[in-house]
Amino acid sequence: MEGIEKPLETQEITLSMGPQHPSTHGVLRLVLQLDGETVVKCTPYVGYLHRGIEKLAEGMTYMQALPLTDRLDYISSMANNVGYCLAVERLFGIEAPERAKFIRTIVCEMTRISSHIIWIATHALDLGAMTVFLYSFREREWLLDLFEKLCGARLTVSYPRIGGVRNDVSQEFLDSLYKFTEEFPRRIEEYETLIDQNRIWLKRTKGIGVISAEEAINWGLSGPTLRGSGVNYDIRKRFPYDAYDKVEFDVPIGKNGDVYDRYRCRMEELRQSNRIIKQCIEKLPKGPIMAPDAPKFTLPPKDRVLADMESLIHHFVLITKGPMAAPEGEIYVATEVPKGELGFYIVSDGTGKPYRMRVRAPSFVHASVLPRLCEGGLVADVIANIGTIDIVLGECDR
Amino acid sequence: MEPLEIAEKIKERFPDEVIAITEFRGQVSVTVKKERIIEICKWLHDEPVLYFDYLKDLCGVDYHGKKPVRFEVVYTLYSMKYEHMIRLKAEVPEDDPVIDSVIGIWRGADWHERECYDMFGIEFRGHPDLRRILLPEDWEGHPLRKDYPAAGPEQEWKGFQEVLEKAERLKVYTWKE
Repeated sequence: MEGIEKPLETQEITLSMGPQHPSTHGVLRLVLQLDGETVVKCTPYVGYLHRGIEKLAEGMTYMQALPLTDRLDYISSMANNVGYCLAVERLFGIEAPERAKFIRTIVCEMTRISSHIIWIATHALDLGAMTVFLYSFREREWLLDLFEKLCGARLTVSYPRIGGVRNDVSQEFLDSLYKFTEEFPRRIEEYETLIDQNRIWLKRTKGIGVISAEEAINWGLSGPTLRGSGVNYDIRKRFPYDAYDKVEFDVPIGKNGDVYDRYRCRMEELRQSNRIIKQCIEKLPKGPIMAPDAPKFTLPPKDRVLADMESLIHHFVLITKGPMAAPEGEIYVATEVPKGELGFYIVSDGTGKPYRMRVRAPSFVHASVLPRLCEGGLVADVIANIGTIDIVLGECDR
Repeated sequence: MEPLEIAEKIKERFPDEVIAITEFRGQVSVTVKKERIIEICKWLHDEPVLYFDYLKDLCGVDYHGKKPVRFEVVYTLYSMKYEHMIRLKAEVPEDDPVIDSVIGIWRGADWHERECYDMFGIEFRGHPDLRRILLPEDWEGHPLRKDYPAAGPEQEWKGFQEVLEKAERLKVYTWKE
């Protein structure tokens, strides 16, 4: 036995994970420094999906920049649109009419459900529970069909407009959506029976990726990722926009700040979103869907354009040059999108185009916390940690 | 606390640092000099009545030819405890685009500062890992500067050119019927 004389040596290995790894939910690349199975160092690389949306927006009118926001978080494009419209409306000093506000709240919550459904599907799939994936895509399909019925598009919708929404909702759409809200709580229970008490699921999520409340705030986390640590911070409650101050809902909060608590938060949010939609349908007021008293900022209705000289001029100027009456100033407006806090910081110099449009993307902030969650854990838990922060790389890289 | 009160408090504490206080649609911006930015941020974070513990956003703005000082670094701060917000703006001149990093106060500033460096070329002194983040490491220029063209040059980026050349070289191995 000659080999035994030599002292045994261990050495760290470097593992490059992604950007084409299915569990990274897009094109995220992690370089992991491993000591056996333990992660010593984790370095995320992002930017593979960078399209320069902030630069592109500077050369577009406010209205043209709206479809760009679809491409941020392409799973919840409706919520991004609403966030952008609210920021621009606040800048212009206009307000959407009551009916449009309720419609926006409905579609925002539909987006939240469909985004969380994708999240639970892929997160469970990554951790080895495949059935949830098949079940939850059934409901997502239902919602996407409703989106198609509403505006003709399923993914990149561009349905909200600055000062309202594009078209009114039909009674057929509302009936179909109401049927969904009646049915959906049962479906959530179905997902939960699959994983909630599952021993493998509990082993892989409890006590993994723990982050304390103070630390989570210091890192700038938001949305369910922050609330899982026990911080009661929801923009819908703290700075109510649209119709959120007219509906009742609770904000689910976790305690331990681990993967399991964040999972519980999101599952509970599904129920709350369902509740909001239901209330909105019941309370939906009648009235216009575009701000009627802001002809210099919102497009006039098409039948007016063809009949009325003034409307034609407004229409022409708005389309070709953008709103020329835009005031000078800067505004930061945040909305609660499914992933967390989506903020638009818009600097206006008084022309029809944004001078600077900054997108504060929740996924970008959440991806930056990955080293903090992964380091010191096992390599298998890296997957759980990527899943739990719920990132979409389109939004992260912009 | 009302945003204007907060701005007055900052001015009271740092009278020489505050350049301007502006209000627009209920949001208040405080423009400050960049030299003592860490001290100001640390004070805003620790002061018991302000307690800005949450950095919502950090970004750069390029006022090329519009303002005497070209760049501004914008900090959007929020207090979880008191639910108030303020916007802090630090002026950064073109000939010396360096500002101290606030990563020691808000850990979340890490990637925001890297992005700001990537897009505007503003250097953050004291940042532990200041690299480009969204663009490739060998990219030239800083795209969000106003003098950077929105449309690219005719030829492809050289990293992509290398890939194309390599594909051309490897063509000899393609399967032929």
